[in-house]
Amino acid sequence: MTKQLLTLRVNGEPRTIAADPHHTLLEVLREELGLTGTKHGCELGECGACTVLVDGVPILACLTLPTLVGDSEVTTVEGLASAEDLHPLQVAFAEEGAAQCGYCTPGMLMTAKALLDTTARPTRAQIASAISGNLCRCTGYTAIYEAIEKAAEISQGTQSEGGAGAQPLRRPGARSLTGAQLP
Amino acid sequence: MSEFSVIGRRLPKVNSWAHLTGQARYADDLFLPRMLYGRLLRSTRPHARILRVDTRRALAHPGVVAVVTGADMPEKMGIMPSTQDETALAVDRVRYVGEPVAAVAAFDEDTAFDALSLIQVDYEDLEPIFTIEEALERDDVKIHDEAKRANVFKEVHLSFGDLEGGFGAADHVRDDWFFFEGNTHAPIESHSAVASYGPDDKLTLWTATQVPHYLHRELEKVLGLPRSRIRVIATPNGGAFGGKSDPFGHEFAAALLSMRTRRPVKITLDREEVFYAHRGRHPVKMRIRTGVKKDGEITAVHYQSWLDGGAYASYGIATTYYTGALLTVTYRIPAYKFDGVRVYTNKPPCGPKRGHGTTQPRYGFECQIDKIAEDLDLDPLEYRKKILQPANSRTVNDLRITSMGLGECLDALQRSTRYSERRGQLGTGKGIGLAGSAYISGAGLPIYWNEMPHSGAEIRIDRGGGVTVMCGTSEIGQGSDNMLASVAAEALGVMPADVHVVSGDTSLAPVDLGSYSSRVTFMAGNAVRDAAMKLRALLVAAAAEKLEVPAERLLTAYGRIYDRDDPAKFTTFADAAVLAESKHGTLVAAGSYKPPKGIGGSFKGAGVGPTPAYSYQAAVAEVTVDMDTGMVTVDKVTTAHDCGRALNPANVEGQVEGSAYMGYGEIIGEEQVFRGGLHKKPSLLDYKIPTSLDTPVLEAIVVESVDAEGPFGAKEAGEGPLNPVIPAIANAVYDAIGVRFDETPITAEKILTALGKRDRRGERKTRIGPDGLDAGKADPKRALRRLTASTDARERKRPVS
Repeated sequence: MTKQLLTLRVNGEPRTIAADPHHTLLEVLREELGLTGTKHGCELGECGACTVLVDGVPILACLTLPTLVGDSEVTTVEGLASAEDLHPLQVAFAEEGAAQCGYCTPGMLMTAKALLDTTARPTRAQIASAISGNLCRCTGYTAIYEAIEKAAEISQGTQSEGGAGAQPLRRPGARSLTGAQLP
Repeated sequence: MSEFSVIGRRLPKVNSWAHLTGQARYADDLFLPRMLYGRLLRSTRPHARILRVDTRRALAHPGVVAVVTGADMPEKMGIMPSTQDETALAVDRVRYVGEPVAAVAAFDEDTAFDALSLIQVDYEDLEPIFTIEEALERDDVKIHDEAKRANVFKEVHLSFGDLEGGFGAADHVRDDWFFFEGNTHAPIESHSAVASYGPDDKLTLWTATQVPHYLHRELEKVLGLPRSRIRVIATPNGGAFGGKSDPFGHEFAAALLSMRTRRPVKITLDREEVFYAHRGRHPVKMRIRTGVKKDGEITAVHYQSWLDGGAYASYGIATTYYTGALLTVTYRIPAYKFDGVRVYTNKPPCGPKRGHGTTQPRYGFECQIDKIAEDLDLDPLEYRKKILQPANSRTVNDLRITSMGLGECLDALQRSTRYSERRGQLGTGKGIGLAGSAYISGAGLPIYWNEMPHSGAEIRIDRGGGVTVMCGTSEIGQGSDNMLASVAAEALGVMPADVHVVSGDTSLAPVDLGSYSSRVTFMAGNAVRDAAMKLRALLVAAAAEKLEVPAERLLTAYGRIYDRDDPAKFTTFADAAVLAESKHGTLVAAGSYKPPKGIGGSFKGAGVGPTPAYSYQAAVAEVTVDMDTGMVTVDKVTTAHDCGRALNPANVEGQVEGSAYMGYGEIIGEEQVFRGGLHKKPSLLDYKIPTSLDTPVLEAIVVESVDAEGPFGAKEAGEGPLNPVIPAIANAVYDAIGVRFDETPITAEKILTALGKRDRRGERKTRIGPDGLDAGKADPKRALRRLTASTDARERKRPVS
């Protein structure tokens, strides 16, 4: 099999790789680009662990050939946080205990991001519907609903405050999530 | 104000950040220089002799570096030392479709996969055994030659108290049969292992395992490599639920391929293979006879179980005992007899799944308790409360009970759901059901006999006040790393986020027996607390000297050691560490935990059942049955769980909700079933696990009984809460449509059959379930013959490259 050169835009970076043309986007992300945050779960598009965003739309990387992505923007879990700031979803998932084993989490986060990007304050039914293609075997989904709702609140809070005064959500080292204080 | 600074708070898990940014390194995420990719060739036959395995063409295939077969690792292995009946890859014989036979390592995964079809295996088919009944009767077909009687793997008989007298004194005796269908764990992460045999002749194996220590022992045995030259690192497990607690063929194959090639080798199972690896819930037939007085007081219980074990032992000896051991710890039973039989069949081996062996009998027993309550016209909730096994007591089978919060769980449920008022009042198609349960906080005995600790932990404090906890536990998503960090942090007076955790590494961390039997919080928690208290004493002594305050007056919290009477008088934790190291030398301490003696009996078989503390739980399920389609919708499950003390309430609730979710899946449709030895549903497309749209509203109520021996009072939370959900849903369906489901799962098809909508006579049934041991169903052998013919035809057509 002859490998083909391919340029993908992933998390804002143009990346050129050589890959077998039959390899899926999941394989290319994990094996050629070292972006192992996107997970393999079922090979059939059933579990959603491989969910990434293509131009903001959640897709299943295990069912997608990279050539079809063209020069669309691919966002993986590694692209969710910036160097300084976590995404509100990441903070909310941590605070609500919405990641247990963490394996479905990257896909779940990407689906949730797509939902919040189009629906600022989703109802629980909208959340359940949005994540119905992402299987979680640990949580029973309750904590995930609560985390997505909390992330929506956080996002709206920071948006409404807006401007220079808005507090970005710092990584744990910078923002005290532990609430450390003397008794 | 809480007496704790860490315990009881909803702090984010210390390992969350890696999970949430895609930086957690699961086994399949490891890519090492020069790494080869391995794949396993699996049996296409349920039962056959292997006449010949010819690997020459595969070895000659471009890109293939090495091929190994069962003959390369003929040493018997298995998780339980007393029943080792497996080999890493099949030798001479295959016993289920999907059993690994050979392994290939190649430059890439595609090549390894292609090479599998170039391995020629000549089989001579043997007659397969698929059902419990056949396995019991067929002396002429032996799946394992060692089996003494037919295909019986293990038979146990235990009797306690005056059984005849008990039944004689009963006013009412119920005699019910039940069947619990097998199902599987289906973690989202498939099994994966990376082996690297180095130039120093040492082997490192990174693997998604719950039991790095036990695997370490088996690697030594099978590979013939001293354990001193093997390092096992349990990578974060992407879900496990019991399914990653056996030693597996792919782990040995990756190791041997790496030893042969002196290159790293990765083997990751695909989803279909995970269904063959299995080790999931045993299908169990049960007969339960229970005698009661008019007021419901139990006078005797005779419990019998027949377990379909699949092709190999796995934990089967423990599973068999567990089906009988824990029925006695919830309600008073003065006389008890338990007969258990586990048989071999030609299907993937069953093993431990969340609730290990206790889930099936608990389902049967709680359904029967519901029937007894109805027979005696008692409210099922009040009835259970009346017959509770008391705290600080011993059961008839000599199990020590300490803290016991089942009564509080039932009260909490009544307050939250108004079960007693609503039962029987919701109208046709709507129902509410209840069940109670219990589980162990860790098995009282290790898998191999020894007097050593069950859990060891080591803590090191560096000169900047950094704390590193090392413990052999495996992080499987249950939150063990966070538990270790939280217990150490509470004891030392820092925050969990300041603690580094090194877990599951046999070279860096003291032995912990593994993440099974819900033992980690109780046992590893006590070990790490032990180590932390030793270091705390050194820090406090040094701080007392500096602050000129008596050591007894010093408290540790929030990174400070301070005077209880004058908190402004303090030293920081980091300064105290420097003082203490100056005074006492390097700050390292080890702690260990072993369950106390005398928590169980001394009879043969008494090793399964005892635990330092039982968790208790109860659940209420609310259901709606569509009378036209037979669809059961579980609207809500409320679970109250006595976890001793919630070290982190958010994480306890997560375990309780996750358990309810998994129990819901088991009763509403998940089944590991076969047609002629072939798995009917070896994919997530066919084996349906509940999505967000299926899952009921889940509510968790945490009940704290504060166990005297648990770390800060904690008991288990990860497994017990699954158990009551299944019978609660069955009892709710009865409340809704008046049909007893004495078998799982409750499918729409069975509901319609019960409602008389699926047979011509249109007769309604009041019960779906077995009436005894019988084959009773379509001949599985015929299906096999049909499938074999079509497989052979397909194989003949396959182009040979």
